[in-house]
Amino acid sequence: MTENTVLALNGLSKRFGSVVANDAVNLTLKRGEVLALLGENGAGKTTLMNMLFGHYLPDTGSVDVADGHGRLRPLTLGHPQAALAAGIGMVHQHFALAENLTALDNILLGGESLLSWRQNRRAARTKVQGIIERSGLAAPLDEPVGNLSVGERQRVEILKALYHDARILVLDEPTAVLTPQEADTLFENIGAMTRDGLSVIFISHKLREVLAFSHRIAVLRHGKKVGEIATAEADEQIIARMMVGADTEVAPHPAMETGAPVLQMTSLRVRGSNARTSLNGVDLTVHAHEIVGIAGVSGNGQTALAQVVSGLVAPDGGDIRIEDAPIRHFTPPAMLKAGVGRIPEDRNHDGIIGAMSVAENLIIERLDAPEVSAKGFLRQAEIRNHAKTLCTEYDVRGPGVDAPARLLSGGNVQKLILARVFEAAPRLILANQPTRGLDLGATNEVGRRLLEARAKGSGVLLISEDLDEILALSDRVVVIHDGQLIEANTKDRAQIGLMMAGEHA
Amino acid sequence: MIRIEPREAPSRLLTLGVPVVSAILALALAAIPLALAGADVFAAYGFMAKGVFGSVFAFTEMLTRASPLIFTGLAATLAFRAKLWNIGGEGQFYLGAMAAVAVGTGWVEAPPIVMIPFILLIGAAAGGIGMAVPTYLKTRFGADEVVTTLLLNFIILIFLQMMLQGPLKDPMGMGWPQSAPIIDQGVLPQLLPRMRIHAGLILALGLAVIAHIALSRTVWGFKLRAVGENAAAALHAGIGVKRTLMGVAMVSGALAGLAGVSEVAGLKGYLTNDLSPGYGYTGIVVAMLAGLSPLGVVVSALFIASVFVGADTMSRAMGVSSYLADLVVSMSLLCVLIGGFVARYKFTRVTREAT
Repeated sequence: MTENTVLALNGLSKRFGSVVANDAVNLTLKRGEVLALLGENGAGKTTLMNMLFGHYLPDTGSVDVADGHGRLRPLTLGHPQAALAAGIGMVHQHFALAENLTALDNILLGGESLLSWRQNRRAARTKVQGIIERSGLAAPLDEPVGNLSVGERQRVEILKALYHDARILVLDEPTAVLTPQEADTLFENIGAMTRDGLSVIFISHKLREVLAFSHRIAVLRHGKKVGEIATAEADEQIIARMMVGADTEVAPHPAMETGAPVLQMTSLRVRGSNARTSLNGVDLTVHAHEIVGIAGVSGNGQTALAQVVSGLVAPDGGDIRIEDAPIRHFTPPAMLKAGVGRIPEDRNHDGIIGAMSVAENLIIERLDAPEVSAKGFLRQAEIRNHAKTLCTEYDVRGPGVDAPARLLSGGNVQKLILARVFEAAPRLILANQPTRGLDLGATNEVGRRLLEARAKGSGVLLISEDLDEILALSDRVVVIHDGQLIEANTKDRAQIGLMMAGEHA
Repeated sequence: MIRIEPREAPSRLLTLGVPVVSAILALALAAIPLALAGADVFAAYGFMAKGVFGSVFAFTEMLTRASPLIFTGLAATLAFRAKLWNIGGEGQFYLGAMAAVAVGTGWVEAPPIVMIPFILLIGAAAGGIGMAVPTYLKTRFGADEVVTTLLLNFIILIFLQMMLQGPLKDPMGMGWPQSAPIIDQGVLPQLLPRMRIHAGLILALGLAVIAHIALSRTVWGFKLRAVGENAAAALHAGIGVKRTLMGVAMVSGALAGLAGVSEVAGLKGYLTNDLSPGYGYTGIVVAMLAGLSPLGVVVSALFIASVFVGADTMSRAMGVSSYLADLVVSMSLLCVLIGGFVARYKFTRVTREAT
C-alpha cells in the first residue's frame, strides 16, 4: 500500500440468503483519484458501497480509511456515523433532501447540534461559499430545495458531503438523472475537487463517461471484482469484454427449425416520459421454436417493450400481432387470452401477491377457468390439489401451498411464476430478467424451462441485462439501444457489447 | 440496543391475542381518569358490567347498539381489505337513512314482505352511490379517497339538515327538524316484546357471515384481497383493479347505508340529524379491532357496544361523564394499532460487538 492510499477495502463479502452479492472484494483508492466502479445491474456495486458507508454489515472483510494525517485506520463497520466521521460522503441515486428547507439548511442539517446552528450560520455560509468557489458546484443556497432542478439538488448533496469534510466521495450512478450537459458540468466539478485532494468513487454503467472522466476503472461481475485497469490503457472494447465476461461457455443448445411467427411488431412506438419507457418505431418478429434475446444496458427501452407485451401499456403507434391475430386491446387479460405468458421483471412487485397463499398465487391469472371457479365460488379443494401437483412438478419448495407466497425464497418465487406461466401453455413467453438475483440452481432451472417451452413450440422473448444468459439461451440476439432494436447477427461478445453502448459495429 | 425486524409470519396466537389484549388494556387504562375523577374504580366497572349483563333489557339494549356497528364495521372491513380507505361511513349511513324515509313514509305502500326489502334496497343503493362517487374520482383522477370521503360526511350532514327543514320535514312535527315516521309496513319487526331489539341485528349477523364467505370463498373476494394486498401484481395478472375497487365501494357504501336504514326503520321510526352518535366513524374502530375480519367485526361490535351502554349506566349511577366510553373506544384503537405493530415485528436485544 502506498503512502497516499486513502481507502482500502479488504476482502468484503456479503450474502443475502443464498445470493452472494459481494465475494471477497478488494479495492483501494488513492488521494485525488477518480475510480469508476463499473458493472451490470446486480453485479454488486451498490451493495459494496453500502457496506463502505455502513448501511450493510459485511459478512467478512474489513475497511481501512486514512485519517487526517494520512494514516490508515480500521473503520467501524455497520455504522454510517463512523463512515461520516472518517470522512466518507455518499450521494445516493435517490436524494435524501428535505424539500421544504433551503439548500443551505439542508447542507447544515445533521452536522451540528440544533441549538448552536443559528449562531454558526454566518460561518457556515462562508464555509459553503468557499467550497462552491473551489469546486464550481453552484447552487442557490437560499432557495427551498423543492424549487431546485435535479442537477442542482445533486450539487446540494455533494456540497453537503464536502461541508461535512468528506475526503472520499461516493456517487451512485450520478449521471442517471442528469442531462448530458449537466453530466459534463458535474465531471468538470469533480475534476476541480480532486485537484484539492478529494478522492471519488463513482458507480456507473456508461462506458463513455467512465473512459472520459476516471483515472482507474474497477469492474464487478456477479459480486466479484473481475478486473481493474488504468483508464489510460483502456478502451471500450476491453471494458465491454470485462463487463460481460469472456470466461463462461455458451451452453449446448440444440438447433431447431423455427415455425410460424408468434409475435410480429411493426414500427411500434411508445412515447414514454424517458428513455426507459420509450420505443422509437421497432420491428421485431419471434417465431415458434425460437428464443430471441434482447440485449442492452438497462434503461434503453426494455421496460417499454415488456410493458407493451404484458398489456400494461398501449403503444402510441404501429401494430402487434400474436399468432397473426392483431392485438387491439392492450390489457393484461387480452394479452393472456391471446396466448402470452409473462414473467415479470420485478417478480416480488408484479409477479406475486406476497400476503396470499402459494395456491392462490398459482390461479391468479385464470380465475374464471372451470377448474378454478364455478358460479363465482372458488373450488378450494381442486385449487389446493392442483397447487400441490404444480409445486412438485416445478420443484417449488417452501412451507406448503397454504403459506403466504412471501415466505418463499427468490428462486422458489420464480419457480412459482414459471409454473403459473407454463401451465397455460402460452404461444409467446415474455421472460423479463428471469434470473436476476437468483442463485445458480434456480438460474439453470429457468434456462431449462425456457428451452423446454421452445422445444414444445412456444416463442420466447428474453429480455436480460446479463449477456451470458442471452448468449446461452438465444437463437437470435437483438440489441436494444435508446428505444431502438438492432439485429446483432453475431454472437461475438465484444461486438454486441459495443452495440449495447450505441456503437454500431 | 434493540433491533426491530419484521416477523416472517405473525403467529395465530398473536393475531388473535392482540385485539383481546388491546381491549382489556384500554379498559384498564380508562381506570386512570376514573380514579382521577374521584370515582371508586371497582364500583364503576361493576356498574358498567351491570349495565350490559344486569338484565335481559340491558343485554338487548347492548345488542341493539351493536347492530349498526356491525353494519358500519363490515363496511370499513371490506373497503380496508381492498386498501380503499372509506372514512365516509357516517355520510353513507345518513344517505341510507334519508333514502329510507324518502320512500318509506308513505310515498309507496305495500305489505311488509315487499316494503321492508324495498326500503333496505333503496337505502343500500343510496349508501353505495355515496361511496361509488369518491371511488370513481379516485380511480379516474387519483383523488385521495380519505379526503373526499371524510369531507363528504360534512356535506351530507348539511344536506340532511336542509332536507329535514324542507322536503323531508314532517308536516305534523310541530316544526322540529325531523322526518315523518316510516309507515307501519316498513318498520323492521321487533325480536322480543317490550324490548327495542329489532330485525336489524339478524340482518347484520347474516351479512357478517355472507361477507366472510364472500371474502374467503368467492372470486369476487379473491380479487378484492388481491387488489388490496398488491394492486400492481393484481393488475399484471389481469384483474381489473379499478372495476374491483368500484365494486367494493358499492358494497361498502351499501353496508353503511343499511346501518342507517336499520336505525331509522328498526329503532327510531323517523329521521333526525342526530340519529347516529358517530356510528360511521366507530365502525372504523370496530373493523380495526376485528383485524379486518368480518366475523371478528361481530365480536368487536359487541365489545364496543358494551362499553357504550355500560358507560351510560355507570355515568348515571356514579355521576361520571359518559365520555369515558369514547375514551375507552379511542384507546382500544390506539392499543390495537400499537399491538399490530408489535405483532408484525420481532424485537431482539443485541449487544454491540466490540471492534
